[in-house]
Amino acid sequence: MVPISYYLVLAAILFSIGVGSFLIKRNVITIFMSIELMLNAVNLTFVAFAHMWGNLSGQIFVFFVMVVAAAEAAVGLAIIISIFRTRETLSVDQVNLLKL
Amino acid sequence: MQLAFFFIFAGLAVAGALSFLLQRHPINSALSLVVVMLSLAVLYWSLGAEFLAAAQVIVYSGAVMVLFVFVIMLLNAGEELRTRGSKAAYIAGFPGAAAIFCLLTFVFISHKTPLGYAHPGVLNAAAGEGSSNIAQISTLLFRDLLLPFEVTSILILVAILGAVVLARKEQ
Repeated sequence: MVPISYYLVLAAILFSIGVGSFLIKRNVITIFMSIELMLNAVNLTFVAFAHMWGNLSGQIFVFFVMVVAAAEAAVGLAIIISIFRTRETLSVDQVNLLKL
Repeated sequence: MQLAFFFIFAGLAVAGALSFLLQRHPINSALSLVVVMLSLAVLYWSLGAEFLAAAQVIVYSGAVMVLFVFVIMLLNAGEELRTRGSKAAYIAGFPGAAAIFCLLTFVFISHKTPLGYAHPGVLNAAAGEGSSNIAQISTLLFRDLLLPFEVTSILILVAILGAVVLARKEQ
């Protein structure tokens, strides 16, 4: 018997690691991957709560999150490729036209 | 037994996430993220979400991460340089992330009893005995939620077109 709260704490740990790596990483692709990590952590809370309530709506929501994440990965990686074509770099420090 | 099973895969997920955070080469980060996603698939399965466990392996650790690894190799991404991040990240970002983590952990641990316990492999659905997880999900998805399902197919189509337009070579 595993308490549901352990699953939720695990999701909180993964989400915080995702936020931390989003702030630390300097490569556009790894920043994008840390967004995927955060999405996965939130999916785990959805599945845990769906199990807790005995209701499948949470699992359906996770399905739609997966679909949107796949679409987002396709478009985001295309944007990263076109950034690399014009700027010849993947470092976010050198893509700073909009930075104050 | 189930607790040990949970702790093995939760530990694997956290170790993968920490390795993702600490690795410098993007390929190593991507492979650590695959470890996280596979152990999350096992945890989904232990929560009675068999369909999502399969979809997690196929869609996330299969399709999405292969796309990431492919782009990393295509752009020949080397080791990243660790420079100092922005000041806002240090002032607001890390304390904010730590505060969110502490708050969530405190709430979840203090509500341990009302949140209940997981019963591995069984979802206490009202749908009755004998109907599998996939049958319940497909009933919901193709009968009650048919319109959102069709809208996501249009979303995928638009995403494909957008990716093709963005990644195309300029004439």
